[in-house]
Amino acid sequence: MSKTHVSTTINGDQMEFLCEPHQTLLEVLRDELGLTGTKEGCATGDCGACSVMVDGRLVCSCLMLGVEADGVDLTTIEGIATPDGLHVIQEKYLEHAALQCGICTPGFIVATKALLDRNPNPDETTIRYWLAGNLCRCTGYDKIVRAVQDAAQTLAYEA
Amino acid sequence: MAEAVDLKAIGTRPVRPDGIDKVTGRAAFGADLNLPNMLHGKVLRSPHAHARIKSVDISRAAAAEGVMAAVSGADFPGNASDLGKNVIARDKVLYHGHAVAAVAAKTQLQAEAALELIDVEYEVLEPVMSLDQAMADGATLVNENQHTNGDTSKPASNVAATQRFERGDLEAGFAEADVIVESEHRVPMAHQGYIEPHACTATVNEDGKSTVWCCTQGHFDVRSLTAQVLGESVGNIKVIPSEIGGGFGGKTTIYLEPLAVKMSQMSGRPVKMTMSREDVFRATGPTSGTWCRAKVGAKKDGTFTAASAWLAYEAGAFPGAPIGPGCMSVLAPYEVPNLVIEGNDVLVNKPKVCAYRAPGAPQSMHAMECAIDELARKLNMDPIELRLKNAAGEGTVAPYGPRFPAIGLRECLEAAKEHPNYTAPVPEGAGRGLAVGFWFNIGMQSSAEVRIAEDGAVTVMEGSPDIGGSRASMALMAAETLGVPYERVKAHVGDTEATGFCNVTGGSRTTFATGMAVIQACEDIIAQCKQRAALTWDLDEEQVDWVDGEAVPKPGVNADVNPLSLADIARGAGRTGGPLLGRASLNAQGAGASFSCNFTDAKVDKETGKVDILSFTAVQDAGRAIHPSYVEGQMQGGAVQGIGWALNEEYIYDADGVMENAGFLDYRVPVASDMPMIDTQIIEVPNPFHPYGVRGVGETPIVAPLAAVSNAVRDQLGFRIDDLPLSPPRVLEAIDGQEGGE
Repeated sequence: MSKTHVSTTINGDQMEFLCEPHQTLLEVLRDELGLTGTKEGCATGDCGACSVMVDGRLVCSCLMLGVEADGVDLTTIEGIATPDGLHVIQEKYLEHAALQCGICTPGFIVATKALLDRNPNPDETTIRYWLAGNLCRCTGYDKIVRAVQDAAQTLAYEA
Repeated sequence: MAEAVDLKAIGTRPVRPDGIDKVTGRAAFGADLNLPNMLHGKVLRSPHAHARIKSVDISRAAAAEGVMAAVSGADFPGNASDLGKNVIARDKVLYHGHAVAAVAAKTQLQAEAALELIDVEYEVLEPVMSLDQAMADGATLVNENQHTNGDTSKPASNVAATQRFERGDLEAGFAEADVIVESEHRVPMAHQGYIEPHACTATVNEDGKSTVWCCTQGHFDVRSLTAQVLGESVGNIKVIPSEIGGGFGGKTTIYLEPLAVKMSQMSGRPVKMTMSREDVFRATGPTSGTWCRAKVGAKKDGTFTAASAWLAYEAGAFPGAPIGPGCMSVLAPYEVPNLVIEGNDVLVNKPKVCAYRAPGAPQSMHAMECAIDELARKLNMDPIELRLKNAAGEGTVAPYGPRFPAIGLRECLEAAKEHPNYTAPVPEGAGRGLAVGFWFNIGMQSSAEVRIAEDGAVTVMEGSPDIGGSRASMALMAAETLGVPYERVKAHVGDTEATGFCNVTGGSRTTFATGMAVIQACEDIIAQCKQRAALTWDLDEEQVDWVDGEAVPKPGVNADVNPLSLADIARGAGRTGGPLLGRASLNAQGAGASFSCNFTDAKVDKETGKVDILSFTAVQDAGRAIHPSYVEGQMQGGAVQGIGWALNEEYIYDADGVMENAGFLDYRVPVASDMPMIDTQIIEVPNPFHPYGVRGVGETPIVAPLAAVSNAVRDQLGFRIDDLPLSPPRVLEAIDGQEGGE
């Protein structure tokens, strides 16, 4: 099977890779590019652990092919913090103890970023429905929702 | 014991030591390790729930392109234990998804293709898929050699074991009662639903020594169990625990590790194996489906006179359903003068169950707490008042034997009674339900080392995989004991060769038992520091105190010296005897039982049968909350798992014994939009057997929600739905049946 050459942007870096036509974006990120911060929980689009942003849209990377990444702008969990430090969302997840085991956390943080980029002032119901595609089995969601609320307020104050 | 007001670090809510790695994607979990020349291992799983294996031929697969190793049961030592037979089937497959063979190939696709080339001949047998079927006279046997409690004088049976607790005279007790309630409840098999599938990577060196990287709740157990299945010495295997993406008891055993090690031995290359989500549902240990009867009798004033419970739990394919803890828990919260509790461990053709958060307790206590709710209604008593009337306290003899020391059940009930969510009226059209929960918690073996760097920085090394923030609690207890700031302490989980033996992260034991080892290792450091200070000051050891992280002369000792901090002593350690290294190992005794009281307001949509949780309040005795945020997190997470079990989660099988909902789309765990905020109130009745009063909190939270939700639905509807889950089809059917009956 011949591999396909893909040019893309990941976390601001121009990247090129070769991938099999059947490989999902999740497989490419994890197995070909070493970006293992994006997690596999189900590989069927039901758990959100593999959430990434594609041109600013929230996507389950297990439901997209690697070849479809050609020419797009990808953001993964590895691209959320900056050289200046953690993103406010990451700080708030830590402050609120919004993670226990941490396997769902990258997906939640990417999903939260996608939410706040589009709606800087979501109410609790909006947050809960936006994050309904991300499963967390440890926290019961309470502290995650509070972390998102606090992050939204902090970002609004800083803006 | 230190009073709460004197504590400086304990009770604060700092960021956990491993936090940054987990919000940046840097933390390495089970599937995140890739090694040079690594092969990919895949498992061939049984397409039948029950069948005899007539033959397995792996030769075509072994010769396929890219395949470097292939194994079947014949490649593992004969006379296999149940564990060995669960890892890879021998003469029979006992559930759909049971591992039959495995291959390791250069690519995943090659491995998958090779599975198609394995030839297995089966003689299909009738699957045993329910407790009724398994316990019926003349039932098909899951294991023809299984005799109840090993008694070979009786015919073989699917009932692998029984358990019984008895006290007083049951008949006389019920005869004394003015009111008696009896009920019967079924709860289907449910899965822990951790988000991270099982994964491991094994590599075997030319000297025969293996290294296994895997996600587990206990790497020392992985080492001993893998050695057992392979017939190897424990000393040949090193296990490195990755970060672990949830377990809830489900990662306390092994599935893939012996296969990966064996195929690495055969190929001379590292072998990585990961489960799909479907594999996780079909082939790892969920918890028992259950059938429980509860009966309770009381005087008109609510005083219990007698109670009984009969429990039948699905073990899955091999014995080991949690009937022990089911029986221990069912009446633990109460003073009951006359009781009989019976448990049955029953084989069925489903995956072998594994621990799931307070294993066995949610199901049996669901039955009893529903019965007690009905009793309160018959007596026209508030459900809290009825429970207070009969609540176990210090000195109560638990149904399973021991006398409780100080426990916090009464305090939880009193706090719930005063809670604003309880004094508030029930929302219009909704129902309110309440239940109590219990878990005895365990101690077991732990080790810890505390190392002091030359600038006084503290490294804690211990062996309990951190599944929910335990590094933070270890660092807090170390900071408190040493008298140094939390930020100076780093806590690490060492592999099987880097740290001393620790039992699994389970039984809510980590903060209690490993925490106790960390505290003792810090006390070892303090003793050494006092000795080093005495040497420096030319005093006797007994003349030196340790106060707020510094060695000082005891009051009244005549010495004109400046205090020596941990950093001062560490800096000069070379002159006073060498590096500071504290250690402790123990078999912790005195785990403190943790009680809870949960209540919820829920509303059934009578058109659709959907139950909405409007509010949920969890009150629980933590003994001492070391890091209150993570204690609340345990209470909230356990509550939501319990709500999910009460409302939706169940293994659904077809007539051939094939699970029909082996994915998160159809096995529906709660999502954020299903839930309200979960209100928590931590009660602190210190455990007298832990230096800071810790009880352990992780498991109790899942126990009460099942009955609390059921009781709320009962409150609204005016009739009881006995079985779980209270999924829309079941609730709608019950409502239709009720209306039809009127």
